[in-house]
Amino acid sequence: MRDIAFGQYYPAKSFVHNMDPRVKILLSIAYIVAVFLVAPFHYLGFAACLLFVIIATLFSKVPFLRILKSIKAVLFFVILSAVLQIFFNTNGNLLWSWGIIKITDEGLFNAGFIVARITLIVMGASLLTFTTTPVELADGIESLMYPLKFIKFPVHDFALVMSIALRFIPTLIEETDRIIKAQKARGADFESGNIFRRAKALIPVLIPLLISSLRRADELADAMDARCYSGSDKRTRYKKMKITYRDVLGFLVVAGLITGVVFLNKFYILITVL
Amino acid sequence: MRIVTENLSYVYSEKSKELAVQALNNISLTIEEGEFFGIIGQTGSGKSTFVQHLNGLIKVGKDKGSIVIGDFNLTDKKCDFKSLRAKVGMVFQYPEYQLFAETVKDDVAFGIKNFFPALSEKETEEMVKTAITLVGLDYEIVKDKSPFDLSGGQKRRVAIAGVIVTRPEILVLDEPVAGLDPQGKREFTELLKNLHKTTVKTIVIVSHDMNFVSENCTRVAVFSHGELYAEGSPKEIFSDFTRLKELGLDLPVTAYLTEKLSETGIKVESDITTDGFSDAFAAAYIENKEKRRREE
Repeated sequence: MRDIAFGQYYPAKSFVHNMDPRVKILLSIAYIVAVFLVAPFHYLGFAACLLFVIIATLFSKVPFLRILKSIKAVLFFVILSAVLQIFFNTNGNLLWSWGIIKITDEGLFNAGFIVARITLIVMGASLLTFTTTPVELADGIESLMYPLKFIKFPVHDFALVMSIALRFIPTLIEETDRIIKAQKARGADFESGNIFRRAKALIPVLIPLLISSLRRADELADAMDARCYSGSDKRTRYKKMKITYRDVLGFLVVAGLITGVVFLNKFYILITVL
Repeated sequence: MRIVTENLSYVYSEKSKELAVQALNNISLTIEEGEFFGIIGQTGSGKSTFVQHLNGLIKVGKDKGSIVIGDFNLTDKKCDFKSLRAKVGMVFQYPEYQLFAETVKDDVAFGIKNFFPALSEKETEEMVKTAITLVGLDYEIVKDKSPFDLSGGQKRRVAIAGVIVTRPEILVLDEPVAGLDPQGKREFTELLKNLHKTTVKTIVIVSHDMNFVSENCTRVAVFSHGELYAEGSPKEIFSDFTRLKELGLDLPVTAYLTEKLSETGIKVESDITTDGFSDAFAAAYIENKEKRRREE
């Protein structure tokens, strides 16, 4: 349970760590857009995105292996979509068939395309969470959602809920570990049986977990009350977010990436001719 | 069943270099059947990691030593952990947090349904009833209640009933009195003594309460930084004042008093239980008085 690499903050002092969280969030979204902009069969666009991730990782001091490991979290999803494409895409030229299974060249191309897309997106997104603490992320999102205030959306409360949720993930993992152990000691079996039996075996874990979460929520609310938390607009910030030269630079690089991808989409043929 | 561990080691997060923590280092310890065995040590000294090995919740790693409990060789990959867990009961800190079923009866029966699914409803109910009575609750009153409607102390009793219901030979408890009030602690101590006398052969208990340890345990092990620091009778362990204090451990009141009295020249030799100490002290007091009278 503890080995979830995806989304765990990697503490370091680096160019990327010091960027404004708001800018990092926006740039990550822009990067994802860039990955989606890459048109089928224009693989140089993916190469550009990969180059960007590698450069950004170098500037973030996060070991590249960690970024790669974060793919493990979505590996099942990646393989599933690839397999679906390979076996069930019936368009294009038939390469090989056996009974109802038909493998076509388009299926293979699509599978590669989807795998590249998901992997690149996960790598970029995990770079964001590796270099930004959960608190910074929540602050960044709150600040970015500020315009929603004008339609009476409770932005501050929403951000608070989010940061509390993030804060309690490790606590809940620990708690789950403990309850699983306690029920295992009473003979609970989580590893054998079919999927329904396994799902049923989780009830003795989920109910105590739910109850302890409710208890924690109560205690937290009391603790916040005791310190006069009111969630008003008058609250000031301990850490002010500031846009610096780093953010401008980051913006320019990502803008360059998107332009590059669009350019490669349009002039791919031209480049291959040259 | 005898518990024998040899050169047991354990490392948390062994794979990553920066996070690896040596939780246990070469622990060799034998706990005989029938003992009331205490384990003391600071937070993070490896006590909990050690006791979790005893019913296979943490598996012995390759080249990390061995554990043998009765006929079970826990180092063996083919070890039947399910049968082992029926024999070695485990009570965690705040055991009431593991309650989940709709009624007390169902919750206590959880262990039986897992370990002995072949038993009939009637036999199961009989065992549940015995367990609930053993922990000092009235079966007829609590059986159909929701465990969440009970008081804190009662919840803990139900949780313990859920562990002893399968009649384990060894009961392992990890700081079971944490968060109980003085009366709750007293009642709990009585419950444990009673269990030790009647159903459970061996008790292994991790505790921060030195008075409890000196009063009840036949033998004590002191853990420090993942190593077995000392092992012996409560008297032997608590006679070494300065070293225990260096380890950040407290002393039982009787040991403090023995120390204070010896500073004033009165030697009290006892097994440092309350009874033993007060008898020895009374004897020393009378002897001292007679000596003075004779001198006069």
